[in-house]
Amino acid sequence: METVVIDATGIPTKELNERLRAFMLNGAERFVLKNICGQRYIGTRLFSKNGTKRKLDIDITGTPGSDLGAFMSGHHVRVHGNVQDGVGNTMDDGEIIVEGRAGDVLGMSMRGGKIFIRDNTGYRTALHMKEYLDKKPVLVIGGTSQDFLGEYMAGGIVIILGLGDKPHTQTFIGTGMHGGVIYIRGKVDKLQVAGQVEISEPKVEDREVLDKFVGEFVDHFPDLGLSKEGILKGEFIRLAPKSKRPYAKIYA
Amino acid sequence: MKSFLFPEFQVIRDQERCNQCRGCERQCSFGTHIFDEKTGEMVSEEAKCAGCQRCVIFCPNDALVIKPTLSSYRPNANWSREKLEDLKRQAETGGVILTGCGTDKPFRIYWDHIVLNASQVTNPSIDPLREPMELRTFLGSKPDFLKVKTDGDVELDTQIGPNVVIESPILFSAMSYGAISYNAFKSLATASKQFGTLFNTGEGGLPRELRAEFGGNAIVQVASGRYGIDAEYLNCAAAVEIKVGQGAKPGIGGHLPGEKVSQSVAETRMIPVGTDAISPAPHHDIYSIEDLSMLIHALKEATNYEKPVSVKIAAVHNFAAIASGIVRAGADIIAIDGLRGGTGAAPKVIRDNVGIPIELAISALDRRLKNEGIRNRCSIVSAGGFRSSSDIIKAIALGADAVYIGTAALIAMGCTLCQKCNTGKCNWGLCTQDPRLSGRLNTEIATHRLTNLLNAWSHEIMEMLGGMGINAIESLRGNRDHLRGIGLYEWELEVLGIKGAGE
Repeated sequence: METVVIDATGIPTKELNERLRAFMLNGAERFVLKNICGQRYIGTRLFSKNGTKRKLDIDITGTPGSDLGAFMSGHHVRVHGNVQDGVGNTMDDGEIIVEGRAGDVLGMSMRGGKIFIRDNTGYRTALHMKEYLDKKPVLVIGGTSQDFLGEYMAGGIVIILGLGDKPHTQTFIGTGMHGGVIYIRGKVDKLQVAGQVEISEPKVEDREVLDKFVGEFVDHFPDLGLSKEGILKGEFIRLAPKSKRPYAKIYA
Repeated sequence: MKSFLFPEFQVIRDQERCNQCRGCERQCSFGTHIFDEKTGEMVSEEAKCAGCQRCVIFCPNDALVIKPTLSSYRPNANWSREKLEDLKRQAETGGVILTGCGTDKPFRIYWDHIVLNASQVTNPSIDPLREPMELRTFLGSKPDFLKVKTDGDVELDTQIGPNVVIESPILFSAMSYGAISYNAFKSLATASKQFGTLFNTGEGGLPRELRAEFGGNAIVQVASGRYGIDAEYLNCAAAVEIKVGQGAKPGIGGHLPGEKVSQSVAETRMIPVGTDAISPAPHHDIYSIEDLSMLIHALKEATNYEKPVSVKIAAVHNFAAIASGIVRAGADIIAIDGLRGGTGAAPKVIRDNVGIPIELAISALDRRLKNEGIRNRCSIVSAGGFRSSSDIIKAIALGADAVYIGTAALIAMGCTLCQKCNTGKCNWGLCTQDPRLSGRLNTEIATHRLTNLLNAWSHEIMEMLGGMGINAIESLRGNRDHLRGIGLYEWELEVLGIKGAGE
């Protein structure tokens, strides 16, 4: 596997992504990006019209800028550090693993692939995430999120693990939600959740989903020293929309 | 609850001409015409009639006349019939009134108060039948200056951003597959390709099987719902458009109702069948010009800087300052949609009360960008109720690079502006996902009607240009000297930047 190592110190966004693209077209399969500091849209330009559906491996040290993996089509990204806003914006496929925290609008309109965040995330996480047939985005967050989690959510799976057992204080969860499912480990008051959302206990099939993705989460972050079973022992709640059509009755 | 509304239209059937063929019954999706088995005669339920005239045009015996009802409340200048009936409807349902098409209110149409110039004696006029006449238009950012290498061969040294070429300054507006039928969508795509212009996918995605053939003529939209977007969608297109606002409903999002999300619409939008496709009012990753800049550049990255990125906004108060920010944020094209722009569905109260006329908007925008010295950095595509080639040529003289036509294109395919697009029951096969209705639109004929319209209007534009002694549309852009106003107030002339007739 050909690995390309780039020291990104002082390289502007556009030039860095141009280089990545050129290497990709030359057959590179693995990138190691060091000293990333605010460069945006990493992974976005790695699409080739000529149908190379290769999945590249991108290993990032530092703090990538906003829109990491925006519109991304199928690559595997691991970040040793925190990430900014808009990670996985309208992402189509692939995987992003962050050993740290994420900013606002994480996974907005994401329609495929997986994102794993070790710590907390900002406002409007999983906003308008959507799914179609086998394309079902998955977002697993080790900590908790801020307000407007899953706003307008139309599909996909969000799992909030609440590790560290800090309380979930976010409000307006699932406002306008009309698809998909959110699992939260720990307690959430009814007042924190929008009226369109039904709160229930996970059923057997939900447990299977949790088992699978919590397992993946634990595998991605061995340094946490946590076991899947240990996390799954905690109490989970399931949030799902009451209707696929929340606004069907507002018109004359 | 008994409805207190009386029918909008009267169905007048000439019983002598009618031979009870039941054609009208088959044509009407609203169920207006019914065959009475007992009497063997056609009867009509007028309350259901939308006034779309489908049955009238397809009646083999010309036995039908549909006209606004003669019934009337006591005339009242304050409480018009429309106000009265909208109120009743809301009292009966408790809902927001939805409608389709552009506003039908009598806002001043400035096109009808502007006249064009022509050459007399000096600077002789040009005959487009015998002399070359250039309508070709390039959309995209133009450099501040051109640097030329002169050592040896003369070569351009300045890097020019991506531009798309259209053969005439007329494009088809954003109409999504979902809002309009597959056949209507495909007809727009085919006509664009045959003529050499662009159509716009709206926010409904571009069906995969159309991408290879028609992608090169598509402007693909990225709107707040982000439906149907993947890297291939963005990369198969001629340009990408971020939709922020729409003239018919500035400031609000959209709901494609679940019943219109059929198997194929679901596949194209990439959402489950039968769910509401909700487009939020704002893009939730755009709360500032800086955020917009980030999305513009994300899209440029996603398309390898090979395609111009357009930003579409509705013309509202102070929009020119926003537009200036949009240009500075990196947009290559600004699409500006005026008060009279159409829609597949919008709350009537928004459609009829929000926004400003496109004529004033074009002029204000062009002037603002010129004053700031950044007009060259973007093309202006204007939209919102263009009805004829003269409207278009006046728009260009006011400062637009090109225009979007939506309503006009639908009319070319059969639309009669009955304003029932939101019901999904379009008898003309345009705004519907019912296969029985959409099958009525023959794509070959519809394509032909569309290319005919583009050809006719382009020819008329050449004639008017030639008359002014101009042989390239480029030379008319922002050339307000060729316009004069009639019957306008001082402030209106000032905003338009034109003199009064005779001055």
